[in-house]
Amino acid sequence: QLGREHQGITLRGSAELVAEFFSYGINSILYQRGIYPPETFTRVQKYGLTLLVTTDPELANYLNNVTEQMKEWLYKCMVQRLVVVISSIESSEVLERWQFDIECDKTAKDDNGPREKSQKAIQDEIRSVIRQITATVTFLPLLESACAFDLLIYTDKDLAVPEKWEESGPQFIANSEEVRLRSFTTTIHRVNTSVAYKKDSVP
Amino acid sequence: MAQFLFEADLHGLLKLDTPIPNAPPARWQRKAKESGPGPSPVGVSPMKPANRSHSSSKTPSKTPGKSGSKIQSTPTKAGGDRYIPNRSTMQMEMANFLLTKENDPAEESPTKKEQQKAWAVNLNGFDVEEAKILRLSGKPQNAPEGYQNNLKVLYSQKMTPGSSRKNSRYIPSMPDRILDAPEIRNDYYLNLIDWSSQNFLAVALDNSVYLWNHASGEIIQLLQMEQPDVYISSVSWIKEGNYLAVGTSSAEVQLWDIQQQKRLRNMTSHCARVGTLSWNSYILSSGSRTGHIHHHDVRVAEHHVATLAGHTQEVCGLKWSLDGRYLASGGNDNLVNVWPCTQGVGGDFAPVQTFTQHQGAVKAVAWCPWQMNVLATGGGTSDRHIRIWNVCSGACLSAVDAHSQVCSILWSTNYKEFISGHGFAQNQLVLWKYPTMTKVAELQGHTARILNLTMSPDGTTVASAAADETLRLWRCFEMDPIKKKEKEKANSAKTSIIHQSIR
Repeated sequence: QLGREHQGITLRGSAELVAEFFSYGINSILYQRGIYPPETFTRVQKYGLTLLVTTDPELANYLNNVTEQMKEWLYKCMVQRLVVVISSIESSEVLERWQFDIECDKTAKDDNGPREKSQKAIQDEIRSVIRQITATVTFLPLLESACAFDLLIYTDKDLAVPEKWEESGPQFIANSEEVRLRSFTTTIHRVNTSVAYKKDSVP
Repeated sequence: MAQFLFEADLHGLLKLDTPIPNAPPARWQRKAKESGPGPSPVGVSPMKPANRSHSSSKTPSKTPGKSGSKIQSTPTKAGGDRYIPNRSTMQMEMANFLLTKENDPAEESPTKKEQQKAWAVNLNGFDVEEAKILRLSGKPQNAPEGYQNNLKVLYSQKMTPGSSRKNSRYIPSMPDRILDAPEIRNDYYLNLIDWSSQNFLAVALDNSVYLWNHASGEIIQLLQMEQPDVYISSVSWIKEGNYLAVGTSSAEVQLWDIQQQKRLRNMTSHCARVGTLSWNSYILSSGSRTGHIHHHDVRVAEHHVATLAGHTQEVCGLKWSLDGRYLASGGNDNLVNVWPCTQGVGGDFAPVQTFTQHQGAVKAVAWCPWQMNVLATGGGTSDRHIRIWNVCSGACLSAVDAHSQVCSILWSTNYKEFISGHGFAQNQLVLWKYPTMTKVAELQGHTARILNLTMSPDGTTVASAAADETLRLWRCFEMDPIKKKEKEKANSAKTSIIHQSIR
């Protein structure tokens, strides 16, 4: 255990950490916002917290695909943003938009030496962000209708679009309220989190 | 006679304007029967299948002048019909744009290009030249139909029907007394009431502390903060009931003598407000907004004898176990830490257990009086669960969803039950049977969320302080008179002499 602490962060390691964070973060959002029934989630220990991940095989598979792809793109530093869009199934209106901005230090390459930052410090930071995501339920407006989610990834213009992916618009919310959450950094990748939600039209 | 019947038959067969009695049903009749039990379009009455059901098929109604009754079959998928089965997967706007845009030559002046670029950046939030947005096609199966987002159900919970099994004892649904608590701070993280063994209820109202004598009903103002903008953040009675510890927003821990109504000590060691206090004979433990817990030995001048650093956010729940061996702490970082009473090797305090299962702030922390090492904890709005732990093994013995923010838990000494205080939407107190975790009763009355609970020294009454600026006293653990006599007999022999003489 001691060895891992002092290993430092490599580009590959950083990409894995951030992709993993996205996987757990998206699962938390799906659970907390009630997109999927809570009984389809199970508890796992991660980052020193008890987190909920889905047991639905299709959804898990879908998220795995995204996580794997994100790992690759993070390693190449070609991804700028990950967005979770929550929209009503019937009206296709976007109700909530979780935005994860990624700042990548392009000077980092695998042949450079690993950077100095302990795993523990990064874990602490990730833990704070995930706790904040959980706590947002206290102020986010209720999602009245059944909702579906979508994942958007902002990549560099010249990235080759892989099979199964297609181009899309930003899917902004009209008349939104935005809240910035904490951010965390691995010294190679920095992730800023914010959530935008539809302002209640009737006071 | 028969020839007339024959003639009538012949005539009947030859006439074409009456319905044929035994004919096979016409196509439109068959259709009507098929869709009969399902959606019944407006205007179809079962008695008249003829004309009206004709218009249930998709051919337009031929009767002029009749207002078009909206004919809709129940949509199987959102807004789908037989031409476009699933509207939500179509990209109508995109298709329309591509079909209708003219093939313009790209003749634009540089300024126009810049302007367009500026617009694009503004609209999209990023530079289209630098980045593009990708979406994984083929969305995963959505939640099964009929699944209603149950957070809505959760946050708009109505009255739950009473349990079918009658309680074996009578629990009054109205409070015994309602006391006014004006200016009480509506802050979830503070602990503003405590009941002493001498039957005084201490209540902190903003910057003052009042004592209410339960026996006589007398009210005394014990103290008022001198500095402006400083408020009381916690109160806690020492076991004997003659000293009261007071935590303030200016990070002080004060000790007051009740008899003389004087301040004995002002202990400063924290850097931020002291939201929670707990006594273990002469050791006073205080939890602060920084997440640190300090132990104070109130007998000596150098009072700050230990620091426990286990939380990264405000400590809102703090309770020593009844045997004084463990200290349980809950914080806004969703953690529950169980600390030993003695330092480990190396002189540092480290928790023997850390529980991370709660998804919200843990303010409700309570030790079971009849079972050693059993701890109950309750989570805030994001969590809403009550969990029972065995602190030796670290196992979660049971967890129950209370559907509402849990602010406090108290175990009963008279019954094998515990009571929890809640917030939105019903602001109720719930009595639970242990270990079956069934609801015994729900006490309603508060019109805003409950902030704190405390129990009377005889264990019969629970006082609840809420954001509606009232304190309500609930006589929910009243002992059966026969059982009471048995208990008193068992408790002390010497007082029985006094009883006899009084009689």
